[in-house]
Amino acid sequence: MADEPLVLGIETSCDETGVGIVRGHTLLADAVASSVDEHARFGGVVPEVASRAHLEAMVPTIQRALKEAGVAAGDLDGIAVTAGPGLAGALLVGVSAAKAYAYALGKPLYGVNHLASHICVDQLEHGALPEPTMALLVSGGHSSLLLAPDITSDVRTLGSTIDDAAGEAFDKVARVLGLGFPGGPVIDRWAKEGDPDAIRFPRGLTGSRDPHYDFSFSGVNTAVARRVEERRREGVEVPIADVAASFQEAVTDVLTRKAIRACRDNGVDHLMIGGGVAANSRLRSMAEERCADAGLKLRVPRPKLCTDNGAMVAALGAEMVARNVTPSSLDLPADASLPVTEPHVPGHGHGHG
Amino acid sequence: MLLLAFDTATPAVTAAVHDGTTVLAESTSIDARRHGELLMPAVDCVLREAGAELDAVTGIVVGVGPGPYTGLRVGLVTAAAFGDALGIPVHGICTLDGLAYASGIDGPFVVATDARRKEVYWAHYAGPRTRSSDPAVDRPGDIATQVAGLPAVGAGAALYPEVFTDIRAPADQSAGALAALAAAKLAEGEPFENEGGLPALPLYLRRPDAQVPAAYKAVLPK
Repeated sequence: MADEPLVLGIETSCDETGVGIVRGHTLLADAVASSVDEHARFGGVVPEVASRAHLEAMVPTIQRALKEAGVAAGDLDGIAVTAGPGLAGALLVGVSAAKAYAYALGKPLYGVNHLASHICVDQLEHGALPEPTMALLVSGGHSSLLLAPDITSDVRTLGSTIDDAAGEAFDKVARVLGLGFPGGPVIDRWAKEGDPDAIRFPRGLTGSRDPHYDFSFSGVNTAVARRVEERRREGVEVPIADVAASFQEAVTDVLTRKAIRACRDNGVDHLMIGGGVAANSRLRSMAEERCADAGLKLRVPRPKLCTDNGAMVAALGAEMVARNVTPSSLDLPADASLPVTEPHVPGHGHGHG
Repeated sequence: MLLLAFDTATPAVTAAVHDGTTVLAESTSIDARRHGELLMPAVDCVLREAGAELDAVTGIVVGVGPGPYTGLRVGLVTAAAFGDALGIPVHGICTLDGLAYASGIDGPFVVATDARRKEVYWAHYAGPRTRSSDPAVDRPGDIATQVAGLPAVGAGAALYPEVFTDIRAPADQSAGALAALAAAKLAEGEPFENEGGLPALPLYLRRPDAQVPAAYKAVLPK
């Protein structure tokens, strides 16, 4: 529909410079420039390296997205940008660029939450989100169960990780196995060749008295490290594929079990999974089986929309335009530790000028 | 000619509008931690005060550093975005050159800004428009003989009075001065830092702080 809001979204919270353009629930462009290769030898994302790459990539990525969408910048109804959470210096590049484009083009600016964007992106894949939406958000920085009665204004945390994020666990295990960074895709590949039942790794916080919706992945990490080191000390070859498959099975087992319980307890008939770890093939297949068994409708976007991108920011921005949310002010700050409960950042409400 | 100038490479968040002859409006606030929040309201403020429409601006002038990176990038990405959105050129000028121009000192002097970590960004000048050394980042003690006895401009110099003994004004960057320098350069066809149509690139002068991690740390006791 031509009267749906046309919004450009900018995402620079970590190592991907993402610019997406949507019209309502329709994806028009998803341009991403990644600096991941520059971080690999450091074993993790280096904030300054990421920030420098964002500055270089920003304008070319915007131009690429506009070209891909076949729209003129002047036709946009708004500019949305990730205001947090994420790396402070990296966020600031995107926020500053968004302000300048919004101001120069005379368009409203929407500072939005990265985590809420990971949920809202599913509107591009499966249409309007149910209200409330139950979401399992799993990435390199976050692992949470969220209940969102309104994705633009009301997102509640049911539980979250008490130590490492799920994606972090994949990175650490990849390091133990000597598979490099980032860990998610490489563990997924190795696991396909291995036996998921070869080793029974611990399932954190799944005891009857443990909190139902919180996660813990430090235990499974340590168990993997012990197992691998013992083998190496004995001079026995480490069965990388079996370790990868068994580790992945333990993590996805806990994630899906708790997510389905949260749906049941809250009387919700569907489960949305978002964030970079939602690109994991075993998490997707296990969630599919278990949701089918539980009579739940599963909503997971295609893998490219699960990892960080600008389209998800545009999707949430478009929803805000559609709901007449007040735009952010020009003094909008980048907030590295923005809580998930704040989907929209209004700014300070007044400029100093 | 109507220039919109700003610089975020120092604790000064400064913006100005210049018509090729004179500064029509200028706003400067000193806050080393809030470049991202302060810049756009400052730009909005000077455009309103100058009574200028953004569409009438013919060029963006931006200080390209050297300066602390996080703040520096705010100005540079803002300039790049304005240039792209408005379809106008972005002129990059070394931040130290703006301070030198504002000082008006005839004869040899130095400009120094705070590089944090007990270092300064600095350069030698033969006159207000003549830089005679490449911008560098050093510990003041290590350049004491090179700057001995010379007049010194910039808040970085004032931090180390034992090295920079002849402190002169100004201490802080002024986008008005930066714009005036750009207007003079444009009038005379002098090149900018980003000559050749390239985007204005930051003068970082340091590599990112990043260590390749040490060998894998075992979980099991030895």
